[in-house]
Amino acid sequence: MNLAQLEQKLFAIARRHSPGAQVPYAFEKRIMALIKNCSVVDKATWWARALWRSAAACVALALLLSAVSFFIPEKNTPAFSNDLSQAFEKTLLVAVDQDTEFSR
Amino acid sequence: MERTQRTEAELIASVLKGDTASFEPLIEKYSPRVFGTARRYARRETEVDDIAQEVWLKAFQKLGSFRGDAPFEHWLMRLTLRTCYDFLRAHQRNRESAFSEISEPDSDWLERFVSETDPSRDDAEAARQLIEQLMEKLSPAARLVITLLEIEDRPVKEISKLTGWSVSLVKVRAFRARAEMRKLLAKFAKEKYL
Repeated sequence: MNLAQLEQKLFAIARRHSPGAQVPYAFEKRIMALIKNCSVVDKATWWARALWRSAAACVALALLLSAVSFFIPEKNTPAFSNDLSQAFEKTLLVAVDQDTEFSR
Repeated sequence: MERTQRTEAELIASVLKGDTASFEPLIEKYSPRVFGTARRYARRETEVDDIAQEVWLKAFQKLGSFRGDAPFEHWLMRLTLRTCYDFLRAHQRNRESAFSEISEPDSDWLERFVSETDPSRDDAEAARQLIEQLMEKLSPAARLVITLLEIEDRPVKEISKLTGWSVSLVKVRAFRARAEMRKLLAKFAKEKYL
């Protein structure tokens, strides 16, 4: 059987049989009712939604990091200080300490 | 009456300003085209209805992106085709049907259909059922491209604009779709005559 010929004949049959374009009764009324139900969202609302979502994500991240810093045991090696604030202060003021030591 | 006399551009402008009622004449005017297109890709009327509904809801939501440099109908048809394509992709797994479901006027109708120039009504009906089933079995991209290129007889450039695919991609997909179609036809012929 010639498949290419069969294919072309089948396409010809399909071309002749075009689907109907009839629309169900009161279709436009149904769509209009759906449109009226879903509120028209303006750009400001979209922005507000996006900002609220990102704020929620930030809060979740902050909570996660707090939990991590709270529950993970601190390393008691000499290189690490027990207190984060002290370590931060030392790092920040190391340059000032060096200057005062040199000036002596 | 007043509303029907307004141009499409005026209707669209007033919808964008917040007058949603101006959208109704557009639905009335273009729904036959939307339904006609949807019926090429979905067989059940409930599915066709769902596609048309989704098209119009999307059209309303995305109306702000309609620039007005091309006719509204073209923009809407692109949206309709993309919705149909999404529908085909979403329902791809549900489209398993056996060729044996095709009602056959008699055993050798296919041979006769190929050889005769003017097939009988029964043979034509069987062929129509066969092409419908073949289309159901094609992949979504193949079905879309075969429908637009071979059945609706649209040029490649137009298909490219409608689908958003490049011209070369349309050609590649058309080539693959024809190959897929012949493979299915060969399978059908084998099932029938062995």
